Amino acid sequence: MIAEKSIITSNLLEQLQKHAGKVGFMPDDEIVDAIRLLEDKGIPNNKHEDYKYCNIESVFRKEFKIVEQSLNEITNEDIAPLKIDEAINVVVVNGNYNNDLSEKMIIKRFNILSFNDLFPAEKSRLASLAKSKTDALIALNSAFTANGFFLEIEKDAIVPMPIHIIYVNSGTQNCVVNSRNFIHVRANAEVTIVESFYNIGTGKVFSNFVSEKLVDENAKLTCYTFQNEGELSYSVNTNQVNVNRYANYCNTTFTLSGEMVRNNHNVELAAQNCEAHLNGLFITNGTQLVDNHTLIDHQMPNCESNELYKGIAKDKSTGVFNGKIFVRKDAQKTNAYQSSKNILLSNDATINTKPQLEIYADDVKCSHGTSTGKVDEEALFYLKARGIGDESARKLLLQAFAQELIDKIEIESLKERVLKLFEKAL
Amino acid sequence: MISIKNLHASIGEKEILRGINLEVKAGEVHAIMGPNGSGKSTLSSVLAGRADYDVTEGEVTFNGKNLLEMSTEDRAREGLFLAFQYPVEIPGVSNINFLRTALNEIRAYHKQEDLSAKDFLAMVKEKQKLVELDAKLTNRSVNEGFSGGEKKRNEIFQMAMLNPKLAILDETDSGLDIDALRIVANGVNKLKSKDNATILITHYQRLLDYIVPDFVHILYKGRIVKSGGKELALEMEAKGYDEIKREFESVES
Repeated sequence: MIAEKSIITSNLLEQLQKHAGKVGFMPDDEIVDAIRLLEDKGIPNNKHEDYKYCNIESVFRKEFKIVEQSLNEITNEDIAPLKIDEAINVVVVNGNYNNDLSEKMIIKRFNILSFNDLFPAEKSRLASLAKSKTDALIALNSAFTANGFFLEIEKDAIVPMPIHIIYVNSGTQNCVVNSRNFIHVRANAEVTIVESFYNIGTGKVFSNFVSEKLVDENAKLTCYTFQNEGELSYSVNTNQVNVNRYANYCNTTFTLSGEMVRNNHNVELAAQNCEAHLNGLFITNGTQLVDNHTLIDHQMPNCESNELYKGIAKDKSTGVFNGKIFVRKDAQKTNAYQSSKNILLSNDATINTKPQLEIYADDVKCSHGTSTGKVDEEALFYLKARGIGDESARKLLLQAFAQELIDKIEIESLKERVLKLFEKAL
Repeated sequence: MISIKNLHASIGEKEILRGINLEVKAGEVHAIMGPNGSGKSTLSSVLAGRADYDVTEGEVTFNGKNLLEMSTEDRAREGLFLAFQYPVEIPGVSNINFLRTALNEIRAYHKQEDLSAKDFLAMVKEKQKLVELDAKLTNRSVNEGFSGGEKKRNEIFQMAMLNPKLAILDETDSGLDIDALRIVANGVNKLKSKDNATILITHYQRLLDYIVPDFVHILYKGRIVKSGGKELALEMEAKGYDEIKREFESVES
């Protein structure tokens, strides 16, 4: 097995290096370290505890033995239907920030730069939150990251409209795309960011996304992640978030398609009195796999975290929720809540859910709950007894199950988009 | 309207209905009374089509059609309405959306077009008044966080909206204070017509002071053991069910 592992990893590295040439967007020493780590650890497989249900190595072995990187150009026409009207739309094509396709910034105190345009001092901040040594997929990203972007919301800036970042991948043959960004919300600033993920090409794409998000004192960052990459896509999405004093971070992730979607959402509550809210909704069909891994690290006292994840699994699909909460010794008066609720719509579908609480402080409130079941028969009977047919009754109940999460969307057209795709997936 | 002949039903191995015979005609109100465990709620569940029960014998004809062969939703579409003893809370489904879906599916079954949003809302407004249901409740999730009385009023509100031919009210009086009882009964009375019928299932005579039945039947151990006019209910109230129990226990053994 060890031999095979190194073969798959070195084959991948060799092919990516061939295509990448000499361009490197991360600091040089970071790239060197990342490659060394990758060679050492290898791409994780199901023997790796964190990737038990999500065998990345097998995806590379089966689907990406050959990496062509035959990437397509993207036009304004391609992007138009993906935009959100009430937002400023920023476009990232195959991992590269695209200034031409992005809408012009009409907002002050809001700066966006591609990695290529960063001064060395700024560049050195990349990878300060997402560390290669913690995860091989972060290392893979660091080694081969494309020309991502650095987004900064200046101190005290209240951004009046949402920023919508459209990550669009497109290729004709097997592609591996390493997208990356660093988002810094400075003190007292407030912003809403939507990150949407699409694959509009005809080739298979492995999308390895890393986002570092730094939320300074008293700032507020509200994020929505919209994943609709389709059946040719395999993705690992890592969010490494650092939240500071009195700051508020909120993310709701909607996963509506994608053959394999792995989300690593890691949040450090790094100072007192800050909070994080992580939510997720997925619906899977066919042989899809959606794996949500969250890690909330309560490092300091008086912080709060809330998690609500819901999933609906159809056909032979698999859903995973793994929620780790660390409460460190200093993190007294922590409030941490976690809930995972799932509905299985077929006997062949699987849900794996695992809360993992590690508590080292003694004055904390932590709770977790998980449930996996079928559609509520009593409610179904009640609806049918009023003349509603079996199929519509089930749909009503599944929509009701999801509504709590869909209602968290405060951007009307995004809400409609999610609702429409959700109904279609039912 | 409905004709029940020799109806037997069991849950698992246990036979609960053991030969029910009942004939209800349009314009009539029937009350079915009986002690706990006599099979009252089973009867309403079987008629509404709850899957937990097996009908082992007998037949039920509803407006000339075989009721027992129909799905739960088709029974409702044919005009059968069950007001639940314990209305189910359905978080996330708004009352309004639920009713509009139900009404339009019933209309589609009868090859009628969907009701326009305007007509639907006008109807909601009118029928709400009938049971004095707070307009705020119609916009909330179905029964979620409703008080006991509000849930029962919501049942009658739904009945008013769906305008059934036969309404079966399963212990609609249970858990209601006297004011709520009066409101519910008043609603039911206003919905009565020569073309529809009502079956009241109740443990107590109290409801029958407000909704006066044409016939009263006493259910005991899965059979109707006694039938009469409204005075039978008063007699039961005065004497309790013990006499019935004694009388028919001996027949049993």
